[in-house]
Amino acid sequence: MRTFLLLVRAGFRRHSTYRLALLAGTATNSVFGVIRASVLLGAIGSAGTHIAGYDGPRVLAFVWWGQALLGVVNLWGFQEVGQRVRTGDIAVDFLRPAGPQLVYLAEDIGRAGVNFLARGLPALLIGALLFDLAWPPGIGSWILGLLSVAVAVVVAFCGSFIVNLSAFWIVEIRGIRLLWMITTGFLCGLYVPVPWFPDWLRTFAEWTPFPSMLQHPLDILSGRVDGAAVWGTLATQLAWAVALVVMAQVVLQSGRRRLEVQGG
Amino acid sequence: MTRPDHDAPTSPTGQAGPIIEVTNLVRDYGGLGRKSRRVRAVDHISFGIQPGEAVGYIGANGAGKSTTIKLLMGILRPTAGQVRTCGLDPMRRRIDVARQVGVVFGQRSQLWWDLPLRESFTILAAIHRLDPAAARDRTARLVDELEMGGQLATPVRSLSLGQRMRAEIAAALLHSPRLLVLDEPTIGLDVLSKQRLREFLVEERRERGTTLLLTTHDMGDVERLCSRVLVVDHGRLAYDGTLPGLAATVGAERLLVIDLAEPTRPLQDVPGARLVAVESDGLRQRLAFDGARTTAAAVLTEVSRRATIRDLAVEEPDIEDVVRRIYASSAGQR
Repeated sequence: MRTFLLLVRAGFRRHSTYRLALLAGTATNSVFGVIRASVLLGAIGSAGTHIAGYDGPRVLAFVWWGQALLGVVNLWGFQEVGQRVRTGDIAVDFLRPAGPQLVYLAEDIGRAGVNFLARGLPALLIGALLFDLAWPPGIGSWILGLLSVAVAVVVAFCGSFIVNLSAFWIVEIRGIRLLWMITTGFLCGLYVPVPWFPDWLRTFAEWTPFPSMLQHPLDILSGRVDGAAVWGTLATQLAWAVALVVMAQVVLQSGRRRLEVQGG
Repeated sequence: MTRPDHDAPTSPTGQAGPIIEVTNLVRDYGGLGRKSRRVRAVDHISFGIQPGEAVGYIGANGAGKSTTIKLLMGILRPTAGQVRTCGLDPMRRRIDVARQVGVVFGQRSQLWWDLPLRESFTILAAIHRLDPAAARDRTARLVDELEMGGQLATPVRSLSLGQRMRAEIAAALLHSPRLLVLDEPTIGLDVLSKQRLREFLVEERRERGTTLLLTTHDMGDVERLCSRVLVVDHGRLAYDGTLPGLAATVGAERLLVIDLAEPTRPLQDVPGARLVAVESDGLRQRLAFDGARTTAAAVLTEVSRRATIRDLAVEEPDIEDVVRRIYASSAGQR
């Protein structure tokens, strides 16, 4: 556990090095937040007072928490692990008395922490200053909502980790990464809330891990899901987190068996 | 600084017996795809290394050196044969092996690129679950001996190659491993950096008795650090023994450089010796001889019958030349 926490801290330090990038990220998130808020508010206005459980303040909470979590949950994925597999540097990771999945997960949690403090909170603050957004309905929703964000970080990490591990079998994984990014952006509810999807697509999305990466935390934090239903949402997320952690481990082990690091 | 207690090996496994044992080891690459041809990188290699030995593992590019190291560490699965590292099967017990072995791949970094060097040591100490106080002592000592005190706050990406390589070695020794494996540790280093690194390794081994396995292209590394040499060629073990023995095996010639009292005719007729060069009108002559067939003394006796010797030097065979001969002779057999 101490090992894990130290690795989290290392991830935090590593990603806090790039302060200018964090600032630029906040600015971009805020600009897009204003645009998205206007579009979704317009949609609700033309439909009446609410759509699928979202009224004005809730959709604003959906947008601004979404913008805040954009850098926290690694929706677009990473490429470092895939590159290390391709160059053979992954061999160095296997020289350590720790599983690479644990090491990289810890680092990603550190990264998420930096982004929450340096990008998430400022974006949320700007949203709250410019718009009248709904806040979590109680202290319970705050706590469970943030817990849900943490689980979302794990789910998104494991998904991208598995995508990266495909480099054990495929030389060029850019195509798969692109597919992953597009699918994630759409099905996690970033562009349009999942409850607004047509029935068939919503049903499909609910059978994938993608809503666990963003939609579910947003449901809890915006108060759209409240009371006992929060536990169901969290349980769904946790089930996906466990499934993906196990799956990533299985893929990693079979990748290791097939490893072909030549030279160097 | 005193030597911390945790320096003593703590693993209950593999204390007795060889620290590395390789039996009929084979590793093939490729052969699964349509176009790829199956390549045998390691071809029925067997050897054992006892605790405390210092072994040079040498061979040309693509001879199978790095592959062997990856097999020893459980990074690669053997195609056939058996590997025991610290008494353990590295494929099944990778993590237990990693706790007892330190590895440096000269061309890959184990440090955290973006972070100050100090952080890499902290993280590695955590991964190896070292006691924080003991880890601090050990780090301080390694930093002191490798003269890296000025670089601890520098991000790894800004270190020079020599500084980075010393940092890599410190990182590999942080958990006080029983076995240190260095894969091309001096590649690209300048003469002074090489020298300092070798001195440190000699000292480290003298103090802690760490077993050393070293692959290198640099014969100076082998001569300074290793008492035993394994020569691998096309995946096969071509030689296993001492460095002087290697020269004897391939019959590499030693060279006598003789300064004579006055200009002398070329000494072409000395039995057991071959005239290599005549300089300064015959004042200096170079004679090569095979150490297995005759002795320097016998050659000198013959020379002194013909001329008055003023001074002399014996040059040992160039090891690169010896290894080249091994390659050439084993290529000839095929």
